Amino acid sequence: MKESIPKRPFVKEWHLVGFTIFLLLVFAVILSAQAAGVGQDFSADQFFDLWVKMANPDWSYLPDILTPLVQTIQMAIVGTLIGCVAAIPFALLSASNIVKNGFVRGIIRFIMNLIRSIPEMLLAALFVAVVGIGALSGVCALSVFSFGMMFKLLYEAIETVDQGPIEAMRAAGGKQSQVVVFAVIPQVLNQYLSFFLYTLEINVRSSAVLGYLGAGGIGLYLNTTLEMFRYDRTSIVILAILVVVVFVDALSNKLREALS
Amino acid sequence: MMVKKRSFYQQSRPWLIAAIVLIVIVWAFSGLQFAGVKDSAGQILGSIFSGLFHPDWSYVYSGHGEDLLSALLETLAIAFLGTIISSFIAVPFAFWAAHTTKKFSLRSTSGKFVLTVIRVFPELVLAIMFIKAVGPGAFAGVLAMGLHSIGMMGKLFSEAIENIDRGPEEAIVAAGGNLLDALSWATLPSVLPEFINFTLYRFEIAVRSASILGIVGAGGVGAPLIFALSTRSWSRVGIILIGIVVMVTAIDWLSGTIRRHLLK
Amino acid sequence: MTANKGNIELTKVSKVYPNGVVGLKDINLKINRGEFVMIVGLSGSGKSTLLRAINRLHDVSEGQILIDGQDITKASGDKLHKIRRSAAMIFQNYNLVKTSSVYRNVMSGRVGYYPAWKGALGLFTKEDQELAAANLDRVNLLDKYYVKARDLSGGQQQRVGIARALMQEPSVILADEPVSGLDPKTTKVVMNDLKKLNEEDGMTIILNVHSIGLALKYASRIVGLKNGQIVYDKPIAEVDKRDFKEIYREAGDDSSDAADDAEEA
Repeated sequence: MKESIPKRPFVKEWHLVGFTIFLLLVFAVILSAQAAGVGQDFSADQFFDLWVKMANPDWSYLPDILTPLVQTIQMAIVGTLIGCVAAIPFALLSASNIVKNGFVRGIIRFIMNLIRSIPEMLLAALFVAVVGIGALSGVCALSVFSFGMMFKLLYEAIETVDQGPIEAMRAAGGKQSQVVVFAVIPQVLNQYLSFFLYTLEINVRSSAVLGYLGAGGIGLYLNTTLEMFRYDRTSIVILAILVVVVFVDALSNKLREALS
Repeated sequence: MMVKKRSFYQQSRPWLIAAIVLIVIVWAFSGLQFAGVKDSAGQILGSIFSGLFHPDWSYVYSGHGEDLLSALLETLAIAFLGTIISSFIAVPFAFWAAHTTKKFSLRSTSGKFVLTVIRVFPELVLAIMFIKAVGPGAFAGVLAMGLHSIGMMGKLFSEAIENIDRGPEEAIVAAGGNLLDALSWATLPSVLPEFINFTLYRFEIAVRSASILGIVGAGGVGAPLIFALSTRSWSRVGIILIGIVVMVTAIDWLSGTIRRHLLK
Repeated sequence: MTANKGNIELTKVSKVYPNGVVGLKDINLKINRGEFVMIVGLSGSGKSTLLRAINRLHDVSEGQILIDGQDITKASGDKLHKIRRSAAMIFQNYNLVKTSSVYRNVMSGRVGYYPAWKGALGLFTKEDQELAAANLDRVNLLDKYYVKARDLSGGQQQRVGIARALMQEPSVILADEPVSGLDPKTTKVVMNDLKKLNEEDGMTIILNVHSIGLALKYASRIVGLKNGQIVYDKPIAEVDKRDFKEIYREAGDDSSDAADDAEEA
C-alpha cells in the first residue's frame, strides 16, 4: 500500500515565506539592538539595592497617599464618563447601518483614528502644558482617550447589531431618531455598559501614572518619592496602586459578568 | 395564567442601581478641584494648533542623528525588542498561570498573581529603575518595556491557553502520547496563531508606550517632545506629534493587516 | 496486522464519579476480534464513559479491562502508551488541531512512535509519510494533504480523524458518536469507511450511536446501556426492533421517538 506523497511547489515545500519572515525578524532584532544600545553594562548592585530598599516599605507613608489615591479613582471615573458619553453621537454617525453617507462616516473615522493614535501619556503632557498642573489636565487626557476608545468599540458593536428590528422600524415608517432609540440603543446598551467598565479599568491603571507628568492623582507621589530616592515610599505607592487596580478589576469583572 | 407580581425588591432595583450610580458620579466630581485653569490656556492651545499646521520640517531629518527620524526609529526599536523578547519569556509564564481545571489550582493562582504584580509596575517606574542599573538611554527603555510586556502577554497568552479546545490534546493522549507529546502536537500548534496575534497587538500598544519613555530619559521620541514643550517651540512640538501619529497609524495598519491574515 | 489481536474483555467494571454519580455499574463484556459492536442508549446512560474507559481516558473505580490480554486499568508509563496505541479513538468533535495541516493531523496518530521533539520539528521517516498518504487515500482525502483542518467540512474532518486513527496501526477502533454532527449523506460515507476497515482489515470496532437505525444497518452486535448497566446484548441476527423500547424508556418518558427510529430502520 505504497502511496506517493502529494507534491507541492518549491516555495511551499521549503517554507520559503516562513524562512524569509524569520530572517527578516532576526535582522530587525539585530538592527534594533544596535539602535537601542543593548548590551550596556548592567550594574546589578544598584538595581538590587533599589529592590532591597523597596522590599522594606515605609508604612507610615500610607496615610499621606490616601487622598491622592482617592483622587486618582475620581479622575478615572470622571474622565471615563465624559469620554464615553461624548463618544455616543460620533459612534452613531459613523456606523454604516445608520448613516448611509460614506463620506461623513469616512471623515469622522479618520479624525477618530488620529485621536486614538495619540498615547494617553502624551495627551497628559499636552494638557499639562495647556491647562496647567493638576487633576483637570488628567481628566482631560483620560476623557480624550476614553472618547477614542469607546468610539471604536461602540461603532463596531452598532454595526454588528441584528438588522431585523431596524428594518422593521423603517418599514413601519419610523424616523431616523426613532430607529436609533427603539431599534439600536436597546440592542447595544449592555455592551455599552460593559465597554464603559472596561474603559474604566484601563483608565484607573493609567491615571495612576498620569500624575507623574503633573496631571493629578497618585502619580505625582511616584515622581517625588523616586526623585528623593525614597524607594521605601515608592513601594508603598505601588502597593496602593496594586490594591486599587486589583479591586477595580475584580469589581468591574463581576459587573460585566452580571451584564452578559 | 396570572401575571406574577414582582416583589418590592424587584420593583425598586432599577431605582436603587440608578441611585448608586448617581452617588458615585457626584462623589467622583466632588473630589476634583477644577479651579486654576491657566489664563494662558487658550493661547497655548492656539499655539499648539498653529505648530501642528506649521511644523518644523527641518527637524525631520538632519543627517547627524539628532532628528525626528532617528528618535522615531529608536522608539520603534524599543517597542520591537521589548515585545519580541518578552513574547518568548511570556510563554512559560502563561502556562504557569493558565487555569485549565475547574478546580482551584495553586499553580494557576500563583502564576496569575505574579503576572498581576509584574503588570502593576508602570512602565515609567520600571524605566526609572532600569536607568539606575544601566544608565539613561534606550536600553533601559527596552528592559522596562520587556518586563512590563511579560506581564501583559503572560496574561493574554494564558487566556488563549484556557480558551483552546482540549479535544486535540485528548486525541494525542488516546493515541498513546504522553503529556509532552500532547503539548507539542496539540497545545502549541493550537495556541501559536493566538500567541502571534497577541504579540502583534501588544506591539501596537508598546509603540505608543515607547513614545513616552523618553520623559524619564529611557530613550525614544518622548525626550525631544518634552524638551520642545518646555521650551515652547510649538512648531517642533507640532512636527513631533505628527511624527508620532504617523508612526502609530502605520504600525496599527501593518499589524492589523497581518492579524487579519493570520486569523482568517 | 497480526492475527488474534483486537480482543477486549471487561470484567466487573464500575465507575463512580467523585460526586457520587454512578457512571458504570458491574459491566461484563467480551468483544472478539473482527466484531462491529454498536453501543446504544440514552445520553447519560454511560456509553461514552464505557468507551473512554477502554482507552483509559477515564479511570474506572473497579474491575479490569483487558486489551489483547493486557490490563489497561493498571498499566502506566510506556506500557500504558503502548496499549493505548493499539486501541485508536475517533471523537464526536473530531478533535483535530484546526490550525494545522491535514498531514500533520494525520501524522499525530503516529505520536506513540516518536519522541516529542521529533514530532514538534516534523522529523518523520519517509515510510511514515507514505503511510499517512496511503491512509488519507483510503478515506479519499489525499488531495487535501496540505490543507488546514479548519478549511474542511465536518465529514471530511471526521475522515481525517479516521486516517489519524489508522496511523496507530490499531487492532481496535473506539468511535465515540462519530457521526452525530453529520448529515445523513456524510454519515453514510463515514460509516462505510469504518465498515470497510472492519471487513477488509478485520479490525474490531466499537461505536457509540444515538440512532438505532444506524446500529441495525451496520452492527454485527448491539449492546444496550441504561443507567450505566448493560441491559441488552445480542448479535444482529437475533435483534428485534421492538427490543429498543425498553432501552430508551425513562421513568414517565414517552419512548415513541426511539421506537419510531427503530421502525424507520
